[in-house]
Amino acid sequence: MAEHFVIIGAGQAAAQAVATLKAEGYSGAITVIGDEPFAPYQRPPLSKAYLSGAMERDRLFLKPDAFYAEAGCELVLGTAVASIDRLQRTIALVGGRVLPYNKLLLATGTRVRRIPVPGETLPGVHYLRGIADVDTLRAAFEKGAKLAVVGGGYIGLEVAAVAVRQGLEVTVFEALERVMARAVSPELSTFYQRVHREAGVRLELNTGVEAFEGEGRVSSVRAGGKSHPADVVLVGIGVVPNVELAKDIGLPCEDGIVVDDCTRTPDPAIFAAGDCTRHTTHNGRLVRLESVQNAIDQAKHAALAMIGRPTSYKEVPWFWSDQYDLKLQIAGLAQAGDVLVLRGDPSARKFAVFHSRNGAVAAVEAVNAAPEYIVGRKLIAEGAKVAPERLADTSVPMKNIAQA
Amino acid sequence: MPKIKYIEHNGKEHDVDVPVGWSVMEGAVKNLIPGIDADCGGACACATCHVHVDPSWTEKIPPKQDMEETMLDFAQELTPTSRLSCQIKVVSELDGLVVRMPKSQH
Repeated sequence: MAEHFVIIGAGQAAAQAVATLKAEGYSGAITVIGDEPFAPYQRPPLSKAYLSGAMERDRLFLKPDAFYAEAGCELVLGTAVASIDRLQRTIALVGGRVLPYNKLLLATGTRVRRIPVPGETLPGVHYLRGIADVDTLRAAFEKGAKLAVVGGGYIGLEVAAVAVRQGLEVTVFEALERVMARAVSPELSTFYQRVHREAGVRLELNTGVEAFEGEGRVSSVRAGGKSHPADVVLVGIGVVPNVELAKDIGLPCEDGIVVDDCTRTPDPAIFAAGDCTRHTTHNGRLVRLESVQNAIDQAKHAALAMIGRPTSYKEVPWFWSDQYDLKLQIAGLAQAGDVLVLRGDPSARKFAVFHSRNGAVAAVEAVNAAPEYIVGRKLIAEGAKVAPERLADTSVPMKNIAQA
Repeated sequence: MPKIKYIEHNGKEHDVDVPVGWSVMEGAVKNLIPGIDADCGGACACATCHVHVDPSWTEKIPPKQDMEETMLDFAQELTPTSRLSCQIKVVSELDGLVVRMPKSQH
């Protein structure tokens, strides 16, 4: 019988795995199973250009339908997986269909973290993960409406930026003392807080949300001991990895499906890629990453491993966020104890923060500063040592920064 | 619909219709034309959609913004007509545009 690879999950990692399998000569069948009714699409624009209306739905899809047909790939959409049988090497879909597999890729992604407070299920309280979520949220975006954003992370702030420009009154509630605390350095948080406030967004820091209030639909947010009127609420407090299928069959999971550097689980027929995995990164740290880069690169390695050519995943992580006219680009992973080096002037809306570790560049956060980002990413990959005072010296162009 | 000619590094030509409002990058990706990776999907965040615009067309395309300019500075096989194809918006005046892909995007 011809080989059959199954991919559970129909996101960025799945699309990439199909592309790489095809490019590397795999000629067997592929089935991609997704619980949303859509072929793999880009999620990053959801909280940006798709929400604002600048990008229509058709443009979100990663590949045309012909791509899957040509790759010998069947898309089974709008369908969840009920269970996996490792001994028989079969997958049972909700609805009863059973699929055999020779190799299985878990690209199950994440789902939103729900907020455990009263009123969470009131109409008017939204989460943002998929196309359908944005369609409903956007319908509630009326000029003058009061939008309460719960969580000052990437999703919350990107939505706030779109909403305030569309004339909504926006308040962001952040439980911690600064925005994007999990993702960026304090310097960046301070900068983005100022930018959002200047744009007219109200930021309530150190303010956890206690409840959503309203009769029949949300009308206010209880936070910091006060009621704040709200017509629409968006909750963006992070995601949790979809590990249940893996856990049910005894694969090791700890906030993510644990894989080795070649995306392998302990089961020789099962691999995992993307947001759902916990893996060793380029510098040996065990991490779970939520990013397009990780989905793409890990899926490439997974596809190779599935056809018997395992290769070590060593790519430097990178991320981006668009808010207003600002492009934030991050490479590498910051760590407590890093020496922070500012290059450029935040008030010029063009600067970077380098993270130096044992004299080497370990991470860079660049705002409208592509040279810092691109060269920084290269320096991180090479483990290059550059003195902090040199990194800070804008009279030395980034192109020459590594030459002592 | 404007027609765009994409020429692969090996010389293979692809003529495709690209809707007005899309980017030149999207025209390639949605038509499965090899040679453009576009990892970030068009956010001007990754510089993997580099093309060389045919010199007869460079004047007809709006100039690069700062971000594109600096991203390109570090691309391989840079030429004076290099552009990031995600930043070229297709308009009816670009009917007949010719772009060539570099050997590699990484």
